[in-house]
Amino acid sequence: MKQKHTISILCNDTPGVLTRISGLFSRRSFNIESLSVGNTEVKGKSRFTIVVSGDDRVLEQVRKQLQKIIHVLKVWDIKTEQAIEREHALIKVDVERSRKGELLQIITAVEGRIISSSGTLWTLEVTGDPGQVDNALNLFKDYNIVESIRTGRIALER
Amino acid sequence: MKKKMTGAKAIVKALEAQGVELIFGYPGGANLPLYDELVHAPFRHILVRHEQGAAHMADGYARATGKVGVCTATSGPGATNLVTGIATAFMDSSALVAITGQVSRHLIGNDAFQEVDTTGITIPITKHNYLVQDGDELTRTVAEAFHLAGSARPGPVLIDVPKDVLLGQCTPGDPEPPQLEGYRPTLKGHPGQIKRAAAVIKAAERPVIIVGGGIRTQASYEALVALAERDEIPVVSTLMGKGAFPNSHPMYLGLYGYHGRIAANTAITEADVIIGVATRFGDRSTGSTLHFAPQAKIVHIDIDPAEVGKNIQALIPIVGDADHILGELVEQLQGASHADWVGRLQKKAEAHPLADLSGDVTIPKVLRTLKRLCPDPILVTDVGRHQIFAAHYFPLDSCRSFLTSGGLGTMGFGLPAAIGAKLGRPDRPVVAVCGDGGFLMTCQELVTAAVENVPVVALVMHDNCLGMIRQLQHAFYGKRFTSCDLGDAVDFARLAESMGCLGLTVAREAEIEPALARALEAGRPSVLDCRIDAPANVYPMVTGATLMDYIE
Repeated sequence: MKQKHTISILCNDTPGVLTRISGLFSRRSFNIESLSVGNTEVKGKSRFTIVVSGDDRVLEQVRKQLQKIIHVLKVWDIKTEQAIEREHALIKVDVERSRKGELLQIITAVEGRIISSSGTLWTLEVTGDPGQVDNALNLFKDYNIVESIRTGRIALER
Repeated sequence: MKKKMTGAKAIVKALEAQGVELIFGYPGGANLPLYDELVHAPFRHILVRHEQGAAHMADGYARATGKVGVCTATSGPGATNLVTGIATAFMDSSALVAITGQVSRHLIGNDAFQEVDTTGITIPITKHNYLVQDGDELTRTVAEAFHLAGSARPGPVLIDVPKDVLLGQCTPGDPEPPQLEGYRPTLKGHPGQIKRAAAVIKAAERPVIIVGGGIRTQASYEALVALAERDEIPVVSTLMGKGAFPNSHPMYLGLYGYHGRIAANTAITEADVIIGVATRFGDRSTGSTLHFAPQAKIVHIDIDPAEVGKNIQALIPIVGDADHILGELVEQLQGASHADWVGRLQKKAEAHPLADLSGDVTIPKVLRTLKRLCPDPILVTDVGRHQIFAAHYFPLDSCRSFLTSGGLGTMGFGLPAAIGAKLGRPDRPVVAVCGDGGFLMTCQELVTAAVENVPVVALVMHDNCLGMIRQLQHAFYGKRFTSCDLGDAVDFARLAESMGCLGLTVAREAEIEPALARALEAGRPSVLDCRIDAPANVYPMVTGATLMDYIE
């Protein structure tokens, strides 16, 4: 059955490791839904969180092929029910003076923050699991969104 | 305090520490510092005539000897010319280390003269690659590269070294055995899985063994024979697995797959248990995976976990070294008889013998005469129709004796790979079987063979056409033969003579034997221009969805 999987990759932080990993996905026709990468608590090691869609067989191949990359040290398939997953979104809205009150209520409800404001232009941030961020973005759609951006998912097992 | 030396010298010392005997290469601006140092190296350098030849020679050397083959080229075009050879080695899991020169570090990324992103280009076709930015890393890198190239599932490893790193002073580290956190291959098969496999094999009524190209040691070669004999199990092989099981053994049914023998394809189609050993169930073998071995439970033994379940779902995967796993498996089997099954398949084989082609000079006739004069050569093929003929018509009974570009299907592989093989195994006759198309792609290496005095025999099956292309156009393109006619311009005997080799022409059947005998005894590189009567298709060939939809 085709579904989304979150894969976590611990690898050496060396030049070209992003190319090795992303190239593997395109070369073998695996779909990346999102990708994020950053440092870990260990110096010289990075951690990728990649959301990939496919059935179990595809997922197994992704995992095994990733493990063949010499700089890849460990690969996990993070089960959603055991995972803490977070995404982060920045949203710039042009809000009429008369609607600022109701927008503020929504921001509070989704535990978002106003990062900057200039006249009618507000820049908001929202953090949460992917569902919460989806929900917040949906609610903001009623206002005039000028620009928005969203990170890839990061995940850790509980 | 350690002695300082140039990067180039550190590389040569590191190669020396690996026991390198030979390096194949071509100089250029960026790897000249290495060449300046190679003069003092205790190992031999073979100057090729095209970098692709260097990679194929190193590959052929590796396939024939089981050691790691080494080649070198300069930056830019030198490196890109290696690419076909590296990809060939990658697809057939051949142990290769390629050392390329790169432009100096301050020029990298500036589109400098002869700059190309060599590591970027070769990521998909190497087991691993390196761009060495610090001379102090060279010794460790070379040791790692050899370790990676030669261990577990072998493969090519490339080391790209900027010119200023080659020229600059460095402190070479100790050549310690490499510790790679991200590379821990599984060598011993899981005992539980081996036990389960043994149980399935014991219960089998119609078992078949598929041998693939991963069987390369005498130990696994012998263990396979023991396995086949212990439980009376017929054996089929992939093209790459041809040298993995004695071809004259009564249990051997020959090649299976797209150009498989009818008995072999029948065995796969009717089997209730398949033991796939060191094979990746490639598409040329299986055909449509939907229709592959419909009744079989599959035991898959491979050292690369990613091959298990990639093309074919196995009931019992066993990851590890076939040497070990086959030995364990044989011990757990008590011996069984499958006389009916084997008898039925052997009858099938008798009912579908290899065709005797009519004509004066035919590829089968040349191959059979060769077999009579030289029964146990290292047979190297190029790619095309002659390759399949060679697989069918030239039985081989020793390990590492059939060298062919199976995965990538690289035309031009034959001659240079044969030169590399002969340099690695001077004790054995090495014969390259080539088509006229593929031979012309790398025939300049005849010069290398002549200058370096490498007595290989090259048989050019000269039918003035691209045979496999013609056969495909015959079968699938309404006999519209476009661009497969090569014309009749080349005299291969004179071409060989002009490059310092012995050139002989075989235009009539009576000339096959004396010409072959002369070439085999010449003690110098020789080319037989075998004027094949008329282009002849190679059969059987699968034309439909299943392995049993064939023409023969």
